Amino acid sequence: MENPYLPYPVRIDDIEIATEDKSLKTFKFVFLDPEDEKKFSYQAGQFAELSIPGVGEIPIGIASSPVEKGFVKFTVFRTGVVTSHLHNMKVGDIMGIRGPLGNWYPWDKLENKNVVIIGGGFAFTTLRSSIIYMLDPANRKKFKNIDVVYGARSPGMLLYREELYEWEKRDDINMHITVDGTDDPTWKYHKGFVPQIVEQNAPKADENTYAIICGPPIMIKFTQPALTALGYKEHHIIMSLENRMKCGIGMCGRCNIGKELVCKDGPVFTLAQLNKTPKEY
Amino acid sequence: MKFITIDKKNWAKGIEKSRETYRLFGPVKDKNGSFIRDLENDMLPDMSCHDSVLSVKSVLFPQTEKILFTTLDESKEDHHIMKRVPADTRQRAVVGIQPYDAKAIQLVNLNFDTDDYRDPYWCDAYEATTFVGVGINKPGPFDFSTSAGTGPFSETGLDVLMADLDNAYLAKVLTDKGGAFMVSCGFDTIADEKESRALFDILRKEAEKNISSQIDTGKLKDKTVLELHEAPFWDDIAFSCINCGTCTFVCPTCWCFDIQDEAKQKSAGRFRNWDTCMSPLFTKHATGHNPRDSKTQRVRQRFMHKLKYFLDKYDQGIMCVGCGRCVKSCPVNIDIREVCKIMNSYEKKE
Repeated sequence: MENPYLPYPVRIDDIEIATEDKSLKTFKFVFLDPEDEKKFSYQAGQFAELSIPGVGEIPIGIASSPVEKGFVKFTVFRTGVVTSHLHNMKVGDIMGIRGPLGNWYPWDKLENKNVVIIGGGFAFTTLRSSIIYMLDPANRKKFKNIDVVYGARSPGMLLYREELYEWEKRDDINMHITVDGTDDPTWKYHKGFVPQIVEQNAPKADENTYAIICGPPIMIKFTQPALTALGYKEHHIIMSLENRMKCGIGMCGRCNIGKELVCKDGPVFTLAQLNKTPKEY
Repeated sequence: MKFITIDKKNWAKGIEKSRETYRLFGPVKDKNGSFIRDLENDMLPDMSCHDSVLSVKSVLFPQTEKILFTTLDESKEDHHIMKRVPADTRQRAVVGIQPYDAKAIQLVNLNFDTDDYRDPYWCDAYEATTFVGVGINKPGPFDFSTSAGTGPFSETGLDVLMADLDNAYLAKVLTDKGGAFMVSCGFDTIADEKESRALFDILRKEAEKNISSQIDTGKLKDKTVLELHEAPFWDDIAFSCINCGTCTFVCPTCWCFDIQDEAKQKSAGRFRNWDTCMSPLFTKHATGHNPRDSKTQRVRQRFMHKLKYFLDKYDQGIMCVGCGRCVKSCPVNIDIREVCKIMNSYEKKE
């Protein structure tokens, strides 16, 4: 019997400071056994439990993309016991990864559709995974227009800045990068909160357009009405949720919203699904 | 179906004999009440116990259980690589349990043995365990099992159901596992099937007559989750609750758990512990945000899970076997029978 609690052993291969305030770091992991990498076959939108023996586990969205091989990446905000410990670890250290866990963005359904990706703050990790996946030469033709609205407090708080600016230069993806505010006179992108930028820049809704939202609760709360005002229907709005988790496999019982478990039935839900469940997230 | 008569004079000897094959568990009385314990040599299960404080779930799902371990000593080759704590694969028999507790095990099994994942700790223990129940001739005042899909002589989930007949036990062997246990005890006096059936029937009917409280769950299925969730009665139900979590620990169908790590010098262990949805920490995010911040939200979660979410998810009835432990143990007299009545009879005002 496979033991779903047993993590795959990994080595920290690289650590990158992701934001100017150093509260986020991106960890690149390599599996000790290459066979485990094959077993850890994931889709953009899934998460995993990062597992530090003797310290604990944390559920984190997978920031690398299924089209990137040889490693997996996670961007982690330092906030609790496990994340603080992880931030103090160094390249070469051994730990574990359990997963991939949860469902993913509905890539089958999104084929031949326009996709609008909306992210805020450090909830951009699985969205990065998704963008890399969609822009991959083997996949780009499967999707029509791709729009991305991504905002952070300040330019230095945007994740994956170099990639953002690269994507900005391409003609097969429309980037709408924004910050809440900046005193940098050379800032050439948007200023303003995500919901407002969505209202001004997101394409109008139609049967072939889907929006994917991932961000802090407050951003989601105000972005939903903006999309509704643009005519997006509830089954065209796709959201990725977070709740406190332990097992990640639908057994420990804490992450439920009604009868759905965010870890196993989610984390990705349509607004139509969420409208039928208690708002316990 | 096989029936076996066991003279009580031979009981202790038979149980002793079964130890060659089985690790035994059963109810044991101490000053705090009856608990299902590992029966050490010469200990016998208390067959008259019909009110164990905790149910048999702890035999399969201990209150705390080490699930993984590793060394943190970097001079060792496999440092920081977690491994499963070796499973105790010996056959276990739990003897003398209340029949509905075995049904509860089947309900909990729905959570731990799924198409997507199998919890190896639970599944291994479940497969290794033989459940021997004893019918409850005189159910207590908290028992509402007959209206919760079980009863004092319920057979679901049991391998053997025994009836206490003053000088003897009459055992109804329900599964091959149950048959093997009887063989290991050397109990082989076959009883007449027709007579035995009739006897069980009489005992069951007599016992069921003693049950004075019922619940009605018939209308829960047709209500929507949101209708019940947003109903106005939750503050009243939760008013006296002190969130102690006793109801969840004594419940034979509550399975929620926490996972915690411990490190001592160079060794690390990962443990799973019973948890409770009554605790604010259960759902508190690292950011401080808590989706079930208030007492009312947590009390609502418990009853909605038992009486609505579970019902909708599995279509196998409610997540309650009517044992009445939570009613009996609640320090502020919150009564699931009352809550069920309020939920079942609720009609949303248009």
